[in-house]
Amino acid sequence: MEFTFDLEKNKEKILEFKGFLSDHKDMPGALIPALQEAQVKFGYLPQEVMEIIARGLDVPASKVFGVATYYSQFTFIPKGKHNISICLGTACYVKGAQGILEEFENILGIKGGETTPDLQFSITDCRCVGDCSIAPVVVVDEDVYAKVKKADVKDIIQKYSLEVECVDN
Amino acid sequence: MITREELNRIRESHKPELEAKLLADGIAEVKNGHLVLTGDYYKNQKRVALKNCGLIDPANIDDYIALGGYSALEQVLFEKTRKEVIDFVTESNLRGRGGAGFPAGRKWNEAYGIDSDQKYFLCNADEGDPGAFMDRHILEKDPHSVLEGMAIGSYAIGANQGYIYVRAEYPLAIKVLRKAIEQAREYGLLGKNILGSGFDFDIDLRLGSGAFVCGEGTALMESIEGNRGMPRKKPPRTSHKGLWLKPTILNNVETLACVPVIFQNGIEWFKGIGTEKSTGTKVFALVGKVENAGLVEVPMGMPLKEIVYDIGGGVANGKKLKAVQTGGPSGGCIPVDLMDTPVDFESLAKIGSIVGSGGMVVMDEDTCMVDIARFFLEFTVDESCGKCTPCRVGNKRMLEMLTRITEGTAEFHEIEDLRELAEVIAETSLCGLGQTAPNPVLSTLKYYYDEYVAHVRDKKCPAGSCRSLIHFTITEDCIGCTKCAKVCPVSCISGEKKELHTIDDSQCIKCGACLESCPKDAIRKE
Repeated sequence: MEFTFDLEKNKEKILEFKGFLSDHKDMPGALIPALQEAQVKFGYLPQEVMEIIARGLDVPASKVFGVATYYSQFTFIPKGKHNISICLGTACYVKGAQGILEEFENILGIKGGETTPDLQFSITDCRCVGDCSIAPVVVVDEDVYAKVKKADVKDIIQKYSLEVECVDN
Repeated sequence: MITREELNRIRESHKPELEAKLLADGIAEVKNGHLVLTGDYYKNQKRVALKNCGLIDPANIDDYIALGGYSALEQVLFEKTRKEVIDFVTESNLRGRGGAGFPAGRKWNEAYGIDSDQKYFLCNADEGDPGAFMDRHILEKDPHSVLEGMAIGSYAIGANQGYIYVRAEYPLAIKVLRKAIEQAREYGLLGKNILGSGFDFDIDLRLGSGAFVCGEGTALMESIEGNRGMPRKKPPRTSHKGLWLKPTILNNVETLACVPVIFQNGIEWFKGIGTEKSTGTKVFALVGKVENAGLVEVPMGMPLKEIVYDIGGGVANGKKLKAVQTGGPSGGCIPVDLMDTPVDFESLAKIGSIVGSGGMVVMDEDTCMVDIARFFLEFTVDESCGKCTPCRVGNKRMLEMLTRITEGTAEFHEIEDLRELAEVIAETSLCGLGQTAPNPVLSTLKYYYDEYVAHVRDKKCPAGSCRSLIHFTITEDCIGCTKCAKVCPVSCISGEKKELHTIDDSQCIKCGACLESCPKDAIRKE
């Protein structure tokens, strides 16, 4: 699915971000910190923002795209309001993390790396979050769920869906 | 900015306070004049790199100073020449804890010997091995030990600027490090003219962006420079031409955390721990199907069995031990009959695995070794940077073969093809990632060849884990309670109430939900 970046709505953020770029223009190796800053600010890296970085740091746009697409931390579609990270590190894997990932995918109807069209949830299948002693681990936003079982998946999603409804009301 | 006298004053005044608090809370006890954590889990451990973890408040530099922190830096700056520092580390035989086990002193000596207007000292905190979290723990619980280790190393090689390259996936570690650097600067333990010695050194953080290969030295430097993190070809070594082509030393978090402790306690003390060739201790992340999962630090050379059973409490849920995987995607699987192997650099290499960064994953009888090899290959294929052909293409071909094997569609000759390809990739890849990627395949081929044969010839997965090769059937014990039919997500179980049910194998997705729901254990998985 396509997500469009609203330049008008993000006008102020863009202005701030351009300030960041001019402050760091002379720092050696500024490109990756700039991409990281952009992702924090805008939630993802729309093409428009990457072009701003290219101009701001005076590097070819091809290099900005090349570097950004190399690293798995950068995302080119917006993340959902709630980001569900399912750890697929070795410890989690031998304890059944693959099945847990599939359960999330089935219930939400999206694959790892995707975002639901209503922008509520995204699923990230990530490599080792370093909580191996409580494997398998699922991290939703900042909340860590330890020793997750397949049967828990529905409840975890429910918890965040409920929050959404409350806010809407 | 504090002076040496003030540093000692802080230590002397704060130490009794901290000790009293730890003893009163029951967190620690005094053993041989040192504070150690209480509890059975720590009884058989020897904590060097983790010596302060759990005892000090990582957000309070005074706690670190109270337990001897920054005394090694002070000693080095005022009592030792640069060359003496290097000789000291060389003689202690401290070897890199990040995986390769290269002697730290020798590495430092390389950069020391080169004249350059600028040198860099880097800390590799891009801990990427799945199933390992030693560095994360040190960074979060004892960040100053890493900063002090870096300062000592920088003094020795003549660097004034350091970088810590830390994974973005470790937000807490980043926060703790930022705070620690700020405090160290405030006290003048980083920055200009440290403790009035005339030595300048400062540290900045660089965040990784989720590329496993950036744990490789040259790729890490490419990444700090703002490029795609792809390894360079060597030579030149990074100690000659590293970051921005200046002499650069890169050490792992755990290695650096050991440095101040060695200066505090002396070479003989450190060499007294571990084996002759692998001195000191190693931290392992003991995880997987083990009763007590967690970080353990033990002297090098401790038999694997002792780590898994005496400290880890054996296999969880009363299952049988099948293998211990060490060294992450670069390591191998160690079978049960080699559990007496001492865990040190040489012994593990001899049996086809490595100490690596310290991941130690316990696997029980339900783990399929072919699937584990496939799992690691999937990881490597994902993380291969694509620069050299053996790694980019070869690993992909291996993954395809392994996938066919786990799905039961492989031909018999593919097992040998797999071995041959694995050997070629190991010999011809550009960097450590590709060179070691075949290790999980080669070690499982060596020790679990029967399992490969069972998958290919008999179309069976002995561990009952590969979905395409397992089948669920209902036995005569079925009482027709219909529970299984209700939970089946694809409705492939049929049968009348109170009569024997059957599973339509062609529709079955092998999810195992029926097995868990059956009150009579009448569902068989084979």
